[in-house]
Amino acid sequence: MENIRIPVGTWVDSAFDWLKDNVAWFFDAVTWLFSLLIDILTNVLVDLHPLVIILILALLGWVLRSWQMALGTVITLFFIMTMDQWVASMQTLALVLIAAIIAVIVAIPVGILAARNDTASTIIKPVLDFMQTMPAFVYLIPAVTFFSIGVVPGLVATVIFALPPGVRFTELGIRGVDSETVEAGQSFGATPGQILRGVQLPLATPTIMAGINQVIMLALAMAVIAGMVGADGLGKNVVEAIATQNLPLGVEAGLGVVIIAVYLDRVTAALGNAKDYPASLVAVMRRRSAKNKAAAATAKA
Amino acid sequence: MSVVKASNVYKVFGKRQNEVVKRLEEGADRDDLTKLGTAAVIDASFEVEAGEIFVVMGLSGSGKSTLIRTLNGLWPTTSGSVEVLGTDIAKIDDAALRKVRSEHISMVFQHFALLPHRTVRDNAAYALEIRGVAKAERDKAADKWLKAVGLEGWGDKFPEQLSGGMQQRVGLARALAAETDILLMDEAFSALDPLIRREMQEQLVELQSELQKTIIFITHDLNEAMFLGDRIAVMRNGRIVQVGTPEDILTDPANDYVAQFVHDVDRARVLTANNVMEKARQTVSNQNGPRVALRSMRESNSSAIYVMDRHRKFLGVVYDRDCIDHLRKGGTTLDEIIKPAAQTASPDDLLIDLFLPSSETPLPVPVTNDDGQLVGVVPRATLLAALGNQNGNDEAPQEESAAEWPEPVDSGLIDQVLAETGDATEADAANERGAL
Repeated sequence: MENIRIPVGTWVDSAFDWLKDNVAWFFDAVTWLFSLLIDILTNVLVDLHPLVIILILALLGWVLRSWQMALGTVITLFFIMTMDQWVASMQTLALVLIAAIIAVIVAIPVGILAARNDTASTIIKPVLDFMQTMPAFVYLIPAVTFFSIGVVPGLVATVIFALPPGVRFTELGIRGVDSETVEAGQSFGATPGQILRGVQLPLATPTIMAGINQVIMLALAMAVIAGMVGADGLGKNVVEAIATQNLPLGVEAGLGVVIIAVYLDRVTAALGNAKDYPASLVAVMRRRSAKNKAAAATAKA
Repeated sequence: MSVVKASNVYKVFGKRQNEVVKRLEEGADRDDLTKLGTAAVIDASFEVEAGEIFVVMGLSGSGKSTLIRTLNGLWPTTSGSVEVLGTDIAKIDDAALRKVRSEHISMVFQHFALLPHRTVRDNAAYALEIRGVAKAERDKAADKWLKAVGLEGWGDKFPEQLSGGMQQRVGLARALAAETDILLMDEAFSALDPLIRREMQEQLVELQSELQKTIIFITHDLNEAMFLGDRIAVMRNGRIVQVGTPEDILTDPANDYVAQFVHDVDRARVLTANNVMEKARQTVSNQNGPRVALRSMRESNSSAIYVMDRHRKFLGVVYDRDCIDHLRKGGTTLDEIIKPAAQTASPDDLLIDLFLPSSETPLPVPVTNDDGQLVGVVPRATLLAALGNQNGNDEAPQEESAAEWPEPVDSGLIDQVLAETGDATEADAANERGAL
């Protein structure tokens, strides 16, 4: 038995070598596109004055959640600034946002496919299991092979790692829509597309938003690991702190990650369940306009 | 022509559906085939005529909800055919099936199945939106139907702001706004509390009398089935065990299962006067005089008798005491002493509506047709017996019905009066003519 050795690793390695030799144009194109996206967003976030960004993010918190959220945002982000982690934080934020957007763009259609087709679901499920349980560091090796050192392999690894919950929650959300409501659509002659847009997606939105929230959280977790392959940001600072036993730097970069994580979590959670946050600016404005409308109606009557 | 026609419909869930159908056709029991598949509907055949309310009734698991879903193709049949307005819906493609659903069959669901993110108006307009009707027009139609179901002014609310009964009214408005000829209602009122349910049933009957849709209504509630149904199909374990009018089901159950099922039904709300009434025995024509009337009363040992004219038109009632007084005063015709009966019933009146008239007079309730002719009577005893009787058409005990009448005048007195006032042979001859 000891003599049996299946060289899976070598096979995969040769497969990757073949890919690298034959579809290099594809990886070049991806590298070009991804680094362009990251560069644009990073430049915007870094070039704008920190106070402007703090204000925008605080306003976003208020619009979607509450003024308390806005206040907390101002305090914590100001804290990041004073720890001298601002630039690294913005680089990480850019990486996370781009990775999350790409992951969501891929995950939702795949989730819809899985929800509508049992065969597709059966095939997709083990692939997602693989993506989620494979130690995240392993992604970095082929990512570097294909995309060399820098932010792009970090982004690719982040997308792969963050993708699964997006797919799973989308599938779960659509399959969880009350079958009678879907039947109602069918019984009035709606096409599958009309049912998807008019019934399934709207009713699955809270679940899908919970999935997007998870995607962003996982992307943030992976973005730190991406620091190991040279992606700029808080991750790089953490890796540097480990290598040099620099506790102060480690703590400060780590706190930056925590603050961004909490901010993104709260904002995206509010995005999915707007009704749970009556204190948000959106809800307040909506109530006020409804009240005005009612008053206008009574005045008219 | 029937509007919906189901012919030998089978619906089997599971991997080896066709084998299950084959085995069932050969006479196998469905419980022996559970390893091959679950037979939800077995060999269902029926036709629904235009303008009728056809109720499919059965307990949960009897296959009624699956059956209704084969009628608009939500579930394709495993075997057998469903024809909607002459089109076999298994033989048309998806687009044509959607067209049939959109234009000819709409549906109301047990748990309303409204879209929570749309306003009440947008929900009611859903079918029209799918059909591609312009917004202004469909909003107008939606408002019209919301008004018809009693929800005027609620169009801007969201479904969650409405009570269950109101939500189902939106469901009904949505289905009606589609202006389809056929309406499928899947346990439409089962999720509502009893008072609201009753209200909705009455509203449906009211709307139906105006709209004359073809309605296929699913329910597990026999009273609901009896109240709404022009005809009822009783389902058990996937099979239709009996199709008939409510009276048929109640008075002539096809088997023990149906009999047991109807055991608890509120018979007073299903049976009509026509089902239980008896031949009017104590009657006399107004062409006869009081002597004939009195003699008839003595024969039947009763204290009063109904009077008709020669066309059997019901005139009223005369009492023995009035007859005696009248005779003693020398009266010769009945017309002066006819008293109006407290209330008459029509043959279509439900038994529940006969209790009050019956309580107001000791006499049997006279049943008259549209021309005012006396077609029968419902004595109290018959009324009570019909409620307790498992086969409502059985003859109620006749002897006792006479006992309901007030204690008659002693027959000796009648003989005496008859002897006092005239010739016995003449009286006998008159009696011959008066006996009906």
